Amino acid sequence: MPTLKNKFAGIECINPFWLASAPPTNCGEQIMRAFDAGWGGAVWKTIGEPITNVSSRYSSIDFEGRKMMGFNNIELISDRPIETNLREISEVKRRYPKHVVIASLMVESKRETWHEMVGRAEDAGADGLELNFGCPHGMSERGMGSAVGQVPEYAQQITEWVKEKAGTPVIVKLTPNISDIRMPARAAKRAGADALSAINTINSITGIDLDTFEPRPMVDGKSSHGGYCGPAVKPIALNMVQQIQSDPLAMLPLSGIGGIGTWRDAAEFILLGCGNVQVCTAAMHYGYRIVEDMAEGLLNWMSDKGFETIDDFRGLSLPNVTEWKRLNLNYRIVAKIHADKCIGCQLCYTACWDGAHQCIHLDRASGGLQIVETGIDPRYALHEPNPHGMPTPGQVFAEAGKKITMTPIPKLDINGAGVNSSVTPLERIPRVDQDECVGCNLCSLVCPVDGCITMDRVENGLKTQTWEERTSASPMGSY
Amino acid sequence: MTEPVSFLKQSPTPPETAEKFGDLHPPFDSQAAVVESNRCLFCFDAPCMTACPTHIDVPRFIKKIASGNLTGSAQTILDANVLGASCSRACPVDVLCEGACVMHRYNKQPIEIARLQRFAMDAFHAAGDRAPFVPASATGKSVALIGGGPASLACAAELRRHGISATIYDARALPGGLNSYGIAEYKLPLAESLREIDMIARLGVEFKFETMVDAAQLKQLEQTHDAVFIGAGLGAIHKLGIAGEDLPGVTNALDLIAGYKTGDIKHVPGRVAVIGAGNTAIDAANAAVRLGAEEVYMVYRRGPEQMSAFSFEYEHAKQEGVRFHWHKGIAAIEGTDRVEGIRVTSLEASGDGSLVAIAGSEFSVRVGMVVLAIGQATHTGFLADAGLKIERGRIVIDRVTGQTSNPKYFAGGDCTNGGREVVDAVADGKRAGLGIAAWLEGKDANA
Repeated sequence: MPTLKNKFAGIECINPFWLASAPPTNCGEQIMRAFDAGWGGAVWKTIGEPITNVSSRYSSIDFEGRKMMGFNNIELISDRPIETNLREISEVKRRYPKHVVIASLMVESKRETWHEMVGRAEDAGADGLELNFGCPHGMSERGMGSAVGQVPEYAQQITEWVKEKAGTPVIVKLTPNISDIRMPARAAKRAGADALSAINTINSITGIDLDTFEPRPMVDGKSSHGGYCGPAVKPIALNMVQQIQSDPLAMLPLSGIGGIGTWRDAAEFILLGCGNVQVCTAAMHYGYRIVEDMAEGLLNWMSDKGFETIDDFRGLSLPNVTEWKRLNLNYRIVAKIHADKCIGCQLCYTACWDGAHQCIHLDRASGGLQIVETGIDPRYALHEPNPHGMPTPGQVFAEAGKKITMTPIPKLDINGAGVNSSVTPLERIPRVDQDECVGCNLCSLVCPVDGCITMDRVENGLKTQTWEERTSASPMGSY
Repeated sequence: MTEPVSFLKQSPTPPETAEKFGDLHPPFDSQAAVVESNRCLFCFDAPCMTACPTHIDVPRFIKKIASGNLTGSAQTILDANVLGASCSRACPVDVLCEGACVMHRYNKQPIEIARLQRFAMDAFHAAGDRAPFVPASATGKSVALIGGGPASLACAAELRRHGISATIYDARALPGGLNSYGIAEYKLPLAESLREIDMIARLGVEFKFETMVDAAQLKQLEQTHDAVFIGAGLGAIHKLGIAGEDLPGVTNALDLIAGYKTGDIKHVPGRVAVIGAGNTAIDAANAAVRLGAEEVYMVYRRGPEQMSAFSFEYEHAKQEGVRFHWHKGIAAIEGTDRVEGIRVTSLEASGDGSLVAIAGSEFSVRVGMVVLAIGQATHTGFLADAGLKIERGRIVIDRVTGQTSNPKYFAGGDCTNGGREVVDAVADGKRAGLGIAAWLEGKDANA
């Protein structure tokens, strides 16, 4: 039986699912309910000198009728007295000793202030400390949050101060609002941080109201850039996670954050080296209950794959991410349309003509289907078009408006235009010119039917060659 | 141009009737419309557009709903089909756009095109009294259109687009023909048809009502106009030719439907028999249910597999509680002062396929009303002197231009196709409008 039990930066936890420092971890009452729902840990809403918040605070991006694909906030750190937060940490730890409570901290950049804060948090019973060097709005204007995270020297300095005092693991939370996330990560590592967490939210303006011309979220007619998160940011977060975990000077135990809402997302972060994950937006959207499927789904997947522990698959995908110059230029795939699954929407046709390489055609019914043996022409390697020497059909234009059609009358008109057939007519099934196909994936991405367009390997007999190898072998340089 | 008198304000449908015939397919609210419109794949050369006789660019208008460009969405619809609001309610979309949707092919619900189209058109009309487009400047040409149904309305709109003046002659008191008077109220309320015709009138189309054009007047119109469009539809519903057919209480489906829509008929007797099994017969039977009949029988000479109604109409009638009696003929209508019953015979196919009565199978059924719905006769007598080629009662036209064998005459709709859907008439009328404009231009060029 696989287990979700794991150890992150020396902290034992019942599972790798922590709530990120955010509104879902605002107070002890919430966190205890979250633990009851199944969360393994919680990073307390950042503790510091209490602030005053504005209303409103959140805004979001909906996508084609689905809500909150991207989420934005201009809320600051905790608005509750430090004393209250610390008292509740003690209470939670007393009642939930096996669950992890991390104190997220942000105070002004003074050694003594940090020392005092660290001491109080640890006295309250926190299992570890997370240094919030990432908050991109409001706090940064006061010289804290991302104002620290964006300057590696500051991040290093404060981390060093904290490490002077801390007895529990210190996690440095990084901001993505920087050109190279490895620089602050290296700084944290130099300073002796025990772990990192990434990413914090991304600077954003989610939208403008087209009636009032005001940005959202609106505060008395105005807005301020906020921090962007939710499903939309996951690819950005994964890239930054990979960059950190592939850099020996930055690599530390990493708590993955950014758009995680399901066990699948969690598995991806762990495959890129994360020791656990933190979740906020999904819990704000659907509540703490989402953790049940995250835990069960991840366990079932681990069981299917034969993994016993999180560490069994942690980082397994890291070797598969490399620099572009190390990709095999001679690897060739081409699109294949499986006619039995094609519904005839022809989105692949339009996409290939307007967005790709003009090699999908609508000539199956008019005899255009010519079987050409693929992969035998050496010009493939040079990516020269049309190696088979046959003319490429022109783009065809929509015919729908040019035909005369009538409503079919039952028993009178058989196979009227609108009589649905479960079989897609041949003329609506596109054909891929596999000799011209560059294997870009676009058609398979736009196809609405799973498995209808596959990208199939073409054996061209050519040995692996990367751009790095090719340019070092050829004095003529790159092409 | 002065605002014409509103037809909508003259709608005769009593509120209590409208209440009994609530929407069969209720409208989308705006959030549901956006979700549904985002399901549309935006097919290239979309099959739904091919299937629509007027070739509305369905994916295009749907994507405009998704983006919130409702004005553009309605204009996309109106560009192709000036009766887009009526068609969104009246079209048998199961065998048209929605039937052709590629979603069927992977076990997904087709896009609800009709309801989305209605959503866009409702928004268009709710935004105020707008015209579908700006007519071209006057060419000085004029066309007379005989019949005020969908074919003539679509033709007239197309003529106005080209700056040709259009005058519609109609026998009734209000325009729209069967679009106004002949479609079940739960699909297309009379008022909604009139609202749409108000929009067409804003293009400067002229209307002459309560004018039954005869051969002499046709001759006169031919002389005073540059072209004539025949959109006269079909004639009266056939009779059975049996005893008792003239008794009070015997009516036909079109009179019943027009009667309740205009408020002339508000109730029907407790037991009603509808003779026939076409789409109009089903509309009449459902109407009888809603107008208070406790028992409605549909009597048809053949079996369900031969009925000419769409299968979804058959299903609807069963839902309404209509009872079907297959392989039954009517021997006589019984009654002294008014209908009291029908004499029914069971029928079977003889050796040559014709139907014969089964001996001794006759029985009587007590009904208070008999509704005939066994197809419409043609109405071409007034064309006798116009020199148009007519085959089996249908005016022969060039399918692309609508031109008849007399080049000055164009035609479309039921009088050319034997009786189809509103959308077919609109497509015919639009093609004829374009055909007339091109023909008049060509004549000028040749002059």
